[in-house]
Amino acid sequence: MPQVWEVPLYPYRRSADQDARAPVRHPVVIVGAGPVGLVMAIDLALGGVPVVLLDENDRVSTGSRAICFAKRTLEILDRLGCGEPMVDKGVQWHAGRVFLDRRQVYAFDLLPEGGHRRPAFINLQQYRFEAFLVERIRALQAEGRPIDLRGANRVFAIDARDDHVSVTIDTPDGPYRIEADWLIACDGANSPIRTMLGLEFLGRTFEDNFLIADIVMAADLPSERRFWFDPPFNRGQSALLHRQPDNVWRVDFQLGRDIDKAEERKPENVIRRLRAFLGEKAEFELEWVSIYTFQCRRMARFRHGRILFAGDAAHQVSPFGARGANSGIQDADNLGWKLRLVIDGKAPGALIDSYDFERIQAADENILNSTRSTDFITPKSAVSRLFRDAVLELAEHRAFARPLVNSGRLSLPCTHDGSPLNGADADGLPARTRPGAPAADAPLGEDWLIDRLGGGFQLVTIDTPAPDRLDCDGIGVERVALSAADDPSRALAERYLGPADGAVYLVRPDQHVAARWRQFDEAEVRAAVARATARQ
Amino acid sequence: MPELITQPNIDRPDDFYAELIGLHEGLARQESDALNARLILLLANHIGDREVLRQAMRAARRP
Ligand SMILES: Cc1cc2nc3c(=O)[nH]c(=O)nc-3n(C[C@H](O)[C@H](O)[C@H](O)COP(=O)(O)OP(=O)(O)OC[C@H]3O[C@@H](n4cnc5c(N)ncnc54)[C@H](O)[C@@H]3O)c2cc1C
Repeated sequence: MPQVWEVPLYPYRRSADQDARAPVRHPVVIVGAGPVGLVMAIDLALGGVPVVLLDENDRVSTGSRAICFAKRTLEILDRLGCGEPMVDKGVQWHAGRVFLDRRQVYAFDLLPEGGHRRPAFINLQQYRFEAFLVERIRALQAEGRPIDLRGANRVFAIDARDDHVSVTIDTPDGPYRIEADWLIACDGANSPIRTMLGLEFLGRTFEDNFLIADIVMAADLPSERRFWFDPPFNRGQSALLHRQPDNVWRVDFQLGRDIDKAEERKPENVIRRLRAFLGEKAEFELEWVSIYTFQCRRMARFRHGRILFAGDAAHQVSPFGARGANSGIQDADNLGWKLRLVIDGKAPGALIDSYDFERIQAADENILNSTRSTDFITPKSAVSRLFRDAVLELAEHRAFARPLVNSGRLSLPCTHDGSPLNGADADGLPARTRPGAPAADAPLGEDWLIDRLGGGFQLVTIDTPAPDRLDCDGIGVERVALSAADDPSRALAERYLGPADGAVYLVRPDQHVAARWRQFDEAEVRAAVARATARQ
Repeated sequence: MPELITQPNIDRPDDFYAELIGLHEGLARQESDALNARLILLLANHIGDREVLRQAMRAARRP
């Protein structure tokens, strides 16, 4: 059986656009069918916006790429109708161990508080992740949803006008041109679109090289993340071992700065390293082997008129902390509803500017976190190494030093404090669900709160009267009526009420809190909807 | 707001000083450096207050 990455999942087919006399105009063209472009297309199509999704390739990505997908990503996938198969296939994990030399210095458990439908993380190969998304697109197409996925369509020129973008595409049948009201560039870290526009992508490059291998091995090891500092099998460097589905393991060796890449990549040398690590008797096959260096950088702005950048095209992080694909998917989550309202004429174009504000805020948070992890793992100066080693030495016996050990932090979604879309906040309600925060999940008997949220604006009321529906100049706001008694575990009350008896939350289509009050007040809710849609 | 104490606060200062220097006796430069780093981390955690720590870092940089 061929591997999933060998199958042309969306082979080239001639499009009617290629035979049109004049370039055909589309509301949205997405360039790049990586994780971010695929999610973007699904989100828009579910909202009824027709999308053309172009990729120069016709299959999922190859090589050692993303493996850890965080809880917030799984919640977004649930909203898009494809979380379940990924969670079923993925490896759930929550435990991690950190070693110094031969000793374990620290073990952690990410299993956070209960009362969430989804786990903190699953591990799933990026090629599988993408294949599930393509499957979802096929199911939506079968329902008549407007997604046009075109393989072997390489964008090689664009012309940005005031009211549209002209896109020139190369295909096996030669080039053709289309026009887009909006163009979303999800074309990856080397974004050809960014280059065509001559836009900068500034930040830091880390000098250390990493050998990353995915190996197939029937090992009887637990599903936990293991990280070594200065192990005997990779002196002075670090190493990582992480489980993926189907007996695939991710191995990650820090190699240092000045190395001979061609030499290190040779299978015999990789196998020698792996044997030193896994034992002489270990049996494994190499799936992928690559040598990476990492960067942390972003564009100065993600919106350029009618061109929007998302995912790695807009920002890039080192993989420690798993914030690349996870944050790109949150970009799509943030942009989808905004673009839909603007295209439907229900919100002004200024709403798109809030994408720039909110996702740059998130990118900066992600870059900060992944830079700190990378600096801890690969100290840049003698003194930075001195303190790093001191932290590790102390961590073995002194609990205080363990929170300082940074081999990658849990990827958490950004709370958009200060966003121009945020409305009123009420005193005394819990900080974690303040305006700008992603709604925290809570159990509702057999159900989950998060599954009842998203898609449109909603008014979540807890033990507070309010109308079932409100029409705000064409934007419907549906009530989700809850009671603290719906959740005997009291997580709902703890996360949304604190000491209050009741509360009203305005939740955005991307499940982020827009505003909240102690009681319902129609004028207040209308004002908050106006603000959250940049009408005011 | 908590303030970094910069007035004398250590009982029998000569004894403390001798203890601090004595701690490093027989250590190579690298071992001494590592010990100092561990000591800073232990003391910093004991103080805990970020504002006091910030004042101490500033004071150390500009004696
Ligand atoms: C070793 C490693 C480990 C990682 N681990 C994690 C992790 O655990 N968790 C995590 O969240 N992230 C991780 N990442 C990051 C993750 O792989 C990326 O963030 C993610 O792939 C970005 O998705 P994207 O859709 O923005 O871009 P890409 O996946 O790069 O997709 C871009 C797409 O655009 C297409 N394209 C490019 N140019 C054109 C053109 N001119 N015309 C048409 N199509 C074009 C390409 O064919 C491609 O399909 C890791 C990365 C690496 C390298």
